[in-house]
Amino acid sequence: MTKITLVAFDGTRFDVDAENGSTVMENAIRNSVPGIEAECGGACACATCHVYVDDAWSEKVGSPEPMEEDMLDFAYDVRPTSRLSCQIKVRSELDGLIVHVPERQA
Amino acid sequence: MSTPIETDVVIIGAGPVGLFAVFELGLYDLKCHLIDILDRPGGQCAELYPEKPIYDIPAWPEISGQALVDRLMEQIAPFKPEFHFNRMVAGFRKLDNGRFEVETDEGELLHCHAVVIAAGGGSFQPKRPPVPGIEAYEGTSVFYSVRRMEEFRGKDLLIVGGGDSALDWTLNLQPVANSVTLVHRRPDFRAAPDSVNKMFAMREEGKVNFQVGQVTGLKGEDGQLTAATVKGPDGEVDIACNRMLPFFGLTMKLGPIADWGLNQHENLIAVDTEKFETSIPGVFAIGDINWYPGKLKLILSGFHEAALMTQAVKRLAHPDQKLVFQYTTSSTSLQKKLGVQ
Repeated sequence: MTKITLVAFDGTRFDVDAENGSTVMENAIRNSVPGIEAECGGACACATCHVYVDDAWSEKVGSPEPMEEDMLDFAYDVRPTSRLSCQIKVRSELDGLIVHVPERQA
Repeated sequence: MSTPIETDVVIIGAGPVGLFAVFELGLYDLKCHLIDILDRPGGQCAELYPEKPIYDIPAWPEISGQALVDRLMEQIAPFKPEFHFNRMVAGFRKLDNGRFEVETDEGELLHCHAVVIAAGGGSFQPKRPPVPGIEAYEGTSVFYSVRRMEEFRGKDLLIVGGGDSALDWTLNLQPVANSVTLVHRRPDFRAAPDSVNKMFAMREEGKVNFQVGQVTGLKGEDGQLTAATVKGPDGEVDIACNRMLPFFGLTMKLGPIADWGLNQHENLIAVDTEKFETSIPGVFAIGDINWYPGKLKLILSGFHEAALMTQAVKRLAHPDQKLVFQYTTSSTSLQKKLGVQ
């Protein structure tokens, strides 16, 4: 298990024990984190699980693949640390990861 | 008014479940017309994930969305379904003779014994970009498609997006418009490289503007746009324009079906689990669009629902005929219909 934290737009923190190999989106849905819609169910076919990776973690999480980058075009208020949470796989090095939920999904 | 098309069943939605319904209904000699807002069969499988593998179709350990659609089209070919693509259902009413009339947004009328709603997540419609207050400009200054290029003659256009629609319209409307500014959040595009190169060449010639950024606000009055605020790497700038064309892909909405008066459950259509009939007798709903206790949004569940719905439609269409259940493996009459005998 790896500890990750999702911060909702209103500041509420969700500390989650996430299974390695699961996606950040799956953990958000399982824990009913508000603001993560995941309309397509994790197929990287929408942009409704958009998150901002905390600056301190951005490098470790890495940057999006081209397909995800394309999909981010549909997200609202995209920033340099924007990712689709369905494309971030939880792994041991990400223990302590913090991601922020944007004001809204597209 | 056009002459109504007489058929047995109208299926709304040509996704995998709508397509398989043609097969099940066809085995009972029920002729189908399908209506879909897309320009081809397949629904979400074709539009959202044609190349992505699906792993839970029985007997297919792995099959892509498009391959599944192709196989279904092959499977239903003997029943000669008729497709009405690029159409949305606009009207629906019960006729005095007990049949239904379905009207498309192009004015075609179809008369049928039963209506089967297999509309999945709803009909695909252009996605509204998350720009505050954009609604006030829609239909006057903001358009999500180009019906006639002439409507943009002499206008100052702001085209937003990075896919083929955005690039194609930038190139095509440039000769017609007074000015064209393309806004995209990054210098990389999803569009065909050839179109991107052409756009950059036009930019070199000073024929189009390209601005990296995201539209954060609109300025104007009474639906008349005068400028858009674009937040880019160097801060916010206002770009003067009187027409905006955002191309942010498609989303799914239930659309006019929501106004038919069908019982709903959280935007899904409530059905029974014997016939998959809605609260309006003769109107059925199968696949992702329906809801009943225990519902799972799986393609295979939709296939099952299509088979049971068919039994009810057969009884409805031909109440005088005895319903004989047969297997395709052994029934010569079914095999004749399939063209294998």
